[in-house]
Amino acid sequence: MTELLASPPDVDTGQEIGRARRRKEDAKLVNGQTLWTDSINLPGMAHFALLRSPMAHARITSVDVSAARALPGVIAAFSGADLADQLGSLPTAWPVTPEMVSPPHPPLAVDEVRYAGDAVAVVVARDRYTAADALEAISVDYDPLPAVVDLEAALAEGSPLVHADAGTNRCYVWPFAGGDYAAAKAAADVVVRRRFVQQRLLPTAMEPRAVVVDPVAASGEITVYSATQIPHVLRLMLALTIGIPEQKIRVIAPDVGGGFGSKLDVYAEEVIGVVLAQKLGRPVKWTESRSEGYQATIHGRGQIQDIEIAARRDGTILGMSVDLLADMGAYLQLVTAGVPLLGAFMYPAIYKMDAYSFTCTGVFTTKTPTDAYRGAGRPEATYAVERIIDELAHELGRDPVDLRRQNWIRHEEFPYTTIAGLTYDSGNYEAATAKALALFDYDGLRAEQAARRDRNDPVQLGIGVSTFTEMCGLAPSRVLGSLSYGAGGWEAAGIRMLPTGKVEVVTGASAHGQGHETAWSQIAADLLGVPFEDVEVIHGDTQSSPKGMDTYGSRSLVVGGVALHLAAGKVVDKARRIAAHLLEASEDDVQFDKGVFSVKGSPEAKLTIQEVALATFAAHNLPDGMEPSLDSDAVYDPENFSYPHGTHLCAVEVDTETGRSTIRSYVCVDDVGSVINPLIVEGQVHGGLAQGIAQALYEEAAYDADGNLLTGTMADYLLPSAADLPAFVTDRTETPATSNPLGVKGVGEAGTIASTPAVINAIVDALRPFGVNDLAMPATPERVWRALHGGADGGGAR
Amino acid sequence: MIPARVEYVAPHSVTEAVGALVEAGEDAKVLAGGQSLLPVLRLRMAYPSVLVDLGRIDGMRGVREEGSSVVVGAMTRHSDVIDDPLVRRYAALLASATATVADPQVRHRGTFGGALAHADPAGDLPAVAVALDAEMVAEGPGGRRTIPASEFFVDYLQTALEPGEILCEVRIPKLDGEWSAHYEKFNRTAQAWAIVGVAAAVRRSNGTIVEARVGLTNMSSTPVRARGVEAALAGASADAATVADAATRAVEGTNPPSDLSGQADYRSHLATVLTRRAVSRAAHIG
Repeated sequence: MTELLASPPDVDTGQEIGRARRRKEDAKLVNGQTLWTDSINLPGMAHFALLRSPMAHARITSVDVSAARALPGVIAAFSGADLADQLGSLPTAWPVTPEMVSPPHPPLAVDEVRYAGDAVAVVVARDRYTAADALEAISVDYDPLPAVVDLEAALAEGSPLVHADAGTNRCYVWPFAGGDYAAAKAAADVVVRRRFVQQRLLPTAMEPRAVVVDPVAASGEITVYSATQIPHVLRLMLALTIGIPEQKIRVIAPDVGGGFGSKLDVYAEEVIGVVLAQKLGRPVKWTESRSEGYQATIHGRGQIQDIEIAARRDGTILGMSVDLLADMGAYLQLVTAGVPLLGAFMYPAIYKMDAYSFTCTGVFTTKTPTDAYRGAGRPEATYAVERIIDELAHELGRDPVDLRRQNWIRHEEFPYTTIAGLTYDSGNYEAATAKALALFDYDGLRAEQAARRDRNDPVQLGIGVSTFTEMCGLAPSRVLGSLSYGAGGWEAAGIRMLPTGKVEVVTGASAHGQGHETAWSQIAADLLGVPFEDVEVIHGDTQSSPKGMDTYGSRSLVVGGVALHLAAGKVVDKARRIAAHLLEASEDDVQFDKGVFSVKGSPEAKLTIQEVALATFAAHNLPDGMEPSLDSDAVYDPENFSYPHGTHLCAVEVDTETGRSTIRSYVCVDDVGSVINPLIVEGQVHGGLAQGIAQALYEEAAYDADGNLLTGTMADYLLPSAADLPAFVTDRTETPATSNPLGVKGVGEAGTIASTPAVINAIVDALRPFGVNDLAMPATPERVWRALHGGADGGGAR
Repeated sequence: MIPARVEYVAPHSVTEAVGALVEAGEDAKVLAGGQSLLPVLRLRMAYPSVLVDLGRIDGMRGVREEGSSVVVGAMTRHSDVIDDPLVRRYAALLASATATVADPQVRHRGTFGGALAHADPAGDLPAVAVALDAEMVAEGPGGRRTIPASEFFVDYLQTALEPGEILCEVRIPKLDGEWSAHYEKFNRTAQAWAIVGVAAAVRRSNGTIVEARVGLTNMSSTPVRARGVEAALAGASADAATVADAATRAVEGTNPPSDLSGQADYRSHLATVLTRRAVSRAAHIG
């Protein structure tokens, strides 16, 4: 059981940044006063439901919706063919190579279904129950086609094709290299090679997806409410996809209950909702059920990683080679193709080496499309590199921490440009690791491990380490451009000083559980010198927050927070000019501290920022030609990514009789740069750890050979709860980012990225004496048991 | 997850409930705590015409003592079973197993009788009923009858209940004095079904196991009484080696399923390990 740990105390230091403020958002959340998309009910609103293919791959020979249409309460029913012209094709924003195969992606399948869950028809009814009944009245004839499930088989000569017109299941090949890996390998004493499999995961946000569309026929305006992470991107994409003039579309992300990347997409249901609302001239709503979402919402991960590391006998790493097969699923969603590329630069991780070679092959299969899931590319990369470093340590007979220490970038070497071409601005791996080892009692646990081995204890102990870094704060627009991504990576912020001295902060980062309202209030309060309570943060509506690139990739604070910093600077600069004018002083003599403008040498001559705001509103006495407003907008485009890092240590007890692995202790020391709110950081780390541990031990979207999702409900897809997780020991080191004025690095994905390899390394470490050198994820008790009895990796256990 | 249309009746007596079932015919379904039935309805895996809700029949709830038996009303919630003093004293195995069912929310809605009548071999309570020689008291159009647990579970999700019959209460022979019990459940997450479970009650006198009752969860399409283990333990020395030896007989007469949560050979292995652990815990060995 997880113990209740004391949360960081909220100490009033006279400064908001750094305070462990309780989140502003939470009172509303825990009191049930949130506005979810599914809570929205509009006059005349109809409900739509989608009939989904039960087969992974089939030709549609006929769709008959007439019986559904005839049911009482049914307003309309359409096949894919009925709406094909209006629905068009769903967008993908990341054509990673010019040759990439990018097949059409009809929101409603017309001729062929390509995964179990692909929608084939839609009904609109007066209520959800009638809509669900009407689905059963639709008859569809399918002519089965062979499923394409296995990635390697999909690329083999003669494989059935997911998209026959493409002539191949190969979506793209994306190579990347730094240095000469062949030379490094030739010079190496030791080469270790492994194949790791990143199983598919089902993102399971607390709030399912939902969409409500409200059309105004007379003016052509349309409002889309969606449980989305990306209202701004969605607006743009709806304009580009359906051809509605962009200025006529308003997208609102009301309260959104988590996303983890699964709501970073433009989905069929959003497009279908818009088309139906326009066609019928009335509001429509759709809310997914959980089992529907497990098929129709993107999946995460899904890669086969062939990784090789070359080193000298003394432990010096010379180079690394990575060959990926990445499962695209049946279609390319918004950033499907690009997800593995976000990992491409991370395999060298914190280690110095002279050569690196990477190739990713995107592969179509007849499965639900994959896309970004918490960490997106970086957890996969971190897993592979942190696993193979342990294998190298084992091969060399070295302590895994010691081998890492020998090869990592030392703190005095920053900024450091890696072999993958990234320039890490800052970091201190020595400090984080030293702190983590001390908290973990590494030496004591190693001694216990030895004792258990000696006495042949049925419960063996294993220790796993993960010294991760990641690139986040997505992203410098120029870099995104060089990777062929369809948009930039800037973020916008606005500040409006109100006449009463209160403050509205507008952010383009669309929060869905992260705590932006609290953190942005803390930043604005400090920079403007106003009380925390006086700041209101506005987000998630393209009308009130017109400019933004939204929330994903641990970017909100690192990009959006810095935009707020810039906007605050503009407000203070203008307020200073107005204060100087009112105080009849030279601008250069007016200083600003904690919300008060004062004149150097005349301490009694001062004005608060609130007084300046009121004077600006009245506009009775402003400098000649100055506009009477104390508002500002800023857009920040980062010059570099940010690079949080940390050291995670996991001790696992493995019951060799049953194969069960139980985490005994978990220590992590993360360095996410400067911290705005330690309580929010703590929450992000805990949630991230839970998701990363879940990949190691519990979760797997399993498919059978026919392409059926076997884990289609929560009864079969095992999500751990608090009861299944240990008490985490978390701590931090703070090495401020030098790439932005707040010194922040981002924390949204760190726990997920770091924890998976720490757990698996620990289990493998426990089982080394039994000849076990790898384990397929999730490391179920049965897999561990089979590995113990077969000496294999347990991969075929399920 | 939208159920199809279904009629709903909530009778106030067993007689009324039986009447409602008979009237509705074979497409009627009895609703107890709903913890298995409602998901089935929401997934549209079943289309009953009528739900007969037993939730308003007061007489079906609660635990009482009747001579040498503890009688548990079929509509007694799991959470009430766990805390009941009679159950804890005379049927400790039931309390031990019920405490592992799903999560607190489910235990506050789900019922003992519902779990038995659902007859899911992965459910924790059928194995307990079989191990404790419970008797199922059912009422139907032909009146009341008693069905021994050993005859009640017929096949996967199938019981000996006839159409129109309702499981009303369960009579559990008291195990008093030197009996102690333990339910050893093996699952991957706290809320998950048992991959295998072992229900063990042991009567120990000094250094000897006088008598043992062992039931297995999810080792066949019905709960299994591990008679071979019981025979090996009866009169045996209460030591680790003897128990381990007896536990190897746990797989006798089983036919474990192979599914997403475990292959048959793994389940057989687990049954042996978990039987040893359950009996050892119950007998305070090791």
